[in-house]
Amino acid sequence: MKPRTLYDKIWDDHIVKQREDGTALIYIDRQLLHEVTSPQAFEGLELAGRTPWRLDANLATPDHNVPTENQDAGVAGIVDPISRIQVETLDANCDKFGIVEFKMGDVRQGIVHVIGPEQGATLPGMTIVCGDSHTATHGAFATIAHGIGTSEVEHVLATQCLIQRKMKNMRVEVNGDLPFGVTAKDIILAIIGEIGTAGGTGYAIEFTGTTIEALSMEGRMTVCNMAIEGGARCGLVGVDDTTINYLKDRPYGPTSERWDQAVSQWRELKSDEGAFFDHIVILNAADIKPQVTWGTSPEMVVAVDAKIPNPAEETDPVKREGMERAYEYMDYEQGLAISDIKLDRVFIGSCTNSRIEDLRAAAEVAKGNQVASSIKQAMVVPGSGLVKQQAEKEGLDQIFTAAGFQWREPGCSMCLAMNADKLGNGEHCASTSNRNFEGRQGQGGRTHLVSPAMAAAAAIVGHFVDVRDFVSKTSV
Amino acid sequence: MDQFTSHKALVAPLDRANVDTDQIIPKQFLKSIKRSGFGPNLFDEWRYLDEGQPGQDCSGRPLNEAFILNAARYQGAQILLARQNFGCGSSREHAPWALLDFGFRCVIASSYADIFYNNCFKNGIVPVILEDKIVNQLFEETFANEGYQLHVDLESQTVVTPKGESFGFEIDAFRKHCLLNGLDEISLTLADAELIRAYETKRKQTSPWLFDVIK
Repeated sequence: MKPRTLYDKIWDDHIVKQREDGTALIYIDRQLLHEVTSPQAFEGLELAGRTPWRLDANLATPDHNVPTENQDAGVAGIVDPISRIQVETLDANCDKFGIVEFKMGDVRQGIVHVIGPEQGATLPGMTIVCGDSHTATHGAFATIAHGIGTSEVEHVLATQCLIQRKMKNMRVEVNGDLPFGVTAKDIILAIIGEIGTAGGTGYAIEFTGTTIEALSMEGRMTVCNMAIEGGARCGLVGVDDTTINYLKDRPYGPTSERWDQAVSQWRELKSDEGAFFDHIVILNAADIKPQVTWGTSPEMVVAVDAKIPNPAEETDPVKREGMERAYEYMDYEQGLAISDIKLDRVFIGSCTNSRIEDLRAAAEVAKGNQVASSIKQAMVVPGSGLVKQQAEKEGLDQIFTAAGFQWREPGCSMCLAMNADKLGNGEHCASTSNRNFEGRQGQGGRTHLVSPAMAAAAAIVGHFVDVRDFVSKTSV
Repeated sequence: MDQFTSHKALVAPLDRANVDTDQIIPKQFLKSIKRSGFGPNLFDEWRYLDEGQPGQDCSGRPLNEAFILNAARYQGAQILLARQNFGCGSSREHAPWALLDFGFRCVIASSYADIFYNNCFKNGIVPVILEDKIVNQLFEETFANEGYQLHVDLESQTVVTPKGESFGFEIDAFRKHCLLNGLDEISLTLADAELIRAYETKRKQTSPWLFDVIK
């Protein structure tokens, strides 16, 4: 048999019907639902008099609109009436149709891309969809996982299938030991800096190489999560011991003989030797420094010790124009260095960086220090109730609050400002989230994407610093 | 879904690359549980000078006169001429819903983000892909000629300029078929229900844990 990529293998396993025009009917193993992109899908289903094809393939939780304070009050505690209706609508739809939902107040509630893997609802070899582009996260478990629109959410509810065209294969290989202070977030930001925000359009990206192999599942999720910021709907990583060890004893994962049977199949979920990739990108871990985005697209990224690039030096006219707009939006003067940017707020959280490892990394930097007086707010938002519980067990909440960070309750929070957490007009934020688009974190807000350790260090100093210097200095 | 066969309409030029869906429809409007009513908030942060709120009457809001869609000559446009990587970022289908509600039935650009591209077809919007060189030419002609219209014909897969210059574009046969006939994709897929059941039966034998119940 012709050598196949990981993506090819999972694709082949899910073809229900191949069409002549190159599209195929693809079976979907798991759908994750949240309150923002599902109400119209449920409504459509009802209007057409249809019922879900397979209830037990779905798992729901509210995340985008939930407040990150006083969650004990439940849905009634959502102050914004429009947000409250949206969460109530999800609750009502899940109750009516019989879909399992982790409601507000359930310790398992959290950001949909954190809870799927945490519960073992994300398993290798699956096709996974959700009405959210960061569904790419789940590809860390060797799945084809991608965001879809609401019409497709309805399509999957009704048929358990999607009509898809196969993507092309790209391999991004990162090799070598990660330098001290450089994290999964810096890897993916560096990759996006290299390929550009549309570099992965039309591709599924498999991340390979010794650096990726050495990452924890949390790190791999961070990398796959932002594949979409490089244009690729899917990111994937092959199965190895790290994957299998993470999945053992997860609530929705297989047990006993089924576990053994599953593991033996999962071991095959990697690209064959000699499999064809349409495009290959290779990076050396040693070349990657802590990254900071300076502009309004994730591709506008540089190392922390760099100056903000001068648009006049950009030769590509389209890029130059984008840079000029970003300069205007961010209100920069020429010649500023990354460390000159004055920060107003710091956000540690989101589906990119709100898992236990992320919080540990930030806490390590925060420990024994104080948030700078110039910072209006520094907040830490765990990705799920279970992450929060674990962090508190380890005393991370105490470290954060002692240092002047706010310790919040799980949700999407300031990543997209659909809840009470947002930036004010003109404010600069060091954020561990995934998008620095204009207005993303609040109208007029200015986002800088960084790793959790870099965000914590920035909170303490009041501006961006190289976390490598910071940690070595403070630990002496 | 509305069918799309042939459309001759006024063109509005949005001359910037990498327009993301957060720009097309900002997050606060995603709180709606409806599919319609997003038109007044299309490109909200660029279109108005104040910060928009969901449910607000937009008729009295201060307009950003510098924004192209506010120019008198582009009122009533149904074709949006855009630049590369249009619709990047969030998967929100509210983006095509807002474009449609505003009146756009067709977007022309040199490339799109994958999810946005896909979402257009579910809503009777044709996302036409033309080469950069041709898109540049169309921008120039649109700017130069007030009342500039293009004729987008799906059957023949062509965009025709007022001078009669014709440019072909590619589109999946299945998607074209659905658009031309305004077909409901779910009904089409359910016609293959037996195939789906057969797939499930086979898969349950080889990988039974995939069918373990989430409860």
